[in-house]
Amino acid sequence: MKQLLKNRTLRVTFYAFLLAALMLVTFTTVFAQDTTPTDDEVNAIAKQLYCPVCENTPLDVCPTEACHQWRELIRQQLAEGKTEEEIKQYFVDNYGARVLSEPPRTGLNWLVYILPPVLILAGAFILFRSFREWSKPKAVESGEGPEEEAGTSSDDEYIARLEQELKNRK
Amino acid sequence: MTETNTPNAPKRGVPLWAQITIWVVLAGLLALVGFGLKRSSNPMAEVGQTVPDFDLVFYEGYEHNGTAKMKLSDLRGKVVMVNIWASWCKPCEQEAPDLEDAWQLYKDEGDVVFVGVDYVDTPEGAFGYLKKFGITFPNAPDLQSNISSILNRQMGVPETYLIDREGVLRQIKIGPFASVAEIQSFIASAE
Repeated sequence: MKQLLKNRTLRVTFYAFLLAALMLVTFTTVFAQDTTPTDDEVNAIAKQLYCPVCENTPLDVCPTEACHQWRELIRQQLAEGKTEEEIKQYFVDNYGARVLSEPPRTGLNWLVYILPPVLILAGAFILFRSFREWSKPKAVESGEGPEEEAGTSSDDEYIARLEQELKNRK
Repeated sequence: MTETNTPNAPKRGVPLWAQITIWVVLAGLLALVGFGLKRSSNPMAEVGQTVPDFDLVFYEGYEHNGTAKMKLSDLRGKVVMVNIWASWCKPCEQEAPDLEDAWQLYKDEGDVVFVGVDYVDTPEGAFGYLKKFGITFPNAPDLQSNISSILNRQMGVPETYLIDREGVLRQIKIGPFASVAEIQSFIASAE
């Protein structure tokens, strides 16, 4: 009986330790995920931003020390729980709107979004009109020059006479 | 034989109303872009001319005459040396100790003011740099590159601007100073 009780106590202690260890591992994993954002999470925001000092280099692929600092700044702000929009706004406030890969939809920037489709539509309209003009039968366009006019009328006369002759023979 | 058909030639090209509309829209667009560019552009400093005013909000732990925020115009009557730097800039590190040594020579007189302007940097990088070189003169971030734009930054960093007692830009130093003596000579040119 004593042995049975001892075995039972040992078993309970073992399970308690196992549970505690499992909980510890789980909490550590969750904690680690909360505090250290991955490179992918950082780059998802970094690729929407441009290096403020290099020309035309997205922040996620920029190899300079300065860009490394900015990526770390993004990681730090993500760890603090800031949203993507808040982080992008921080960059705009500090370094200007030029760091954004897409210009903000405000003021004159709207032209960037409106003009290209408008120009494409206008171009398509002009092409459509031109193709329609070109595809009209040439006869419609003829008759502009006196030589053409003369040539056409004599041809018509000849054809008319030919047709008349053929009719008469029938 | 002239009774053959002479059809009216179809009207070619863009109608007049469309031409007028296109030109009006283009002119309006150009005016809009021009107006927008004029509105968004900062006034820029030129050597020999008064420097347009700008705000300075110093980094935590820095101040001038007990204030952590000031305008350039508040320093009228003093010689102001504005040094633009960044923590990622290696040439800036060359001159940083000399700048601090020079500041120690002028700070008690109160006649010359050094101001550091940190160009596109992270706070962490900036504080690390200031601590590493023991910089004690007031330093402020260049938010949205506004200050360097007004000062008409020429090449990159470091660059140093010397403004005389009347607020006129006297000299620009592109690149790092080589010695304290060079800094003293630079400042003397505004006296």
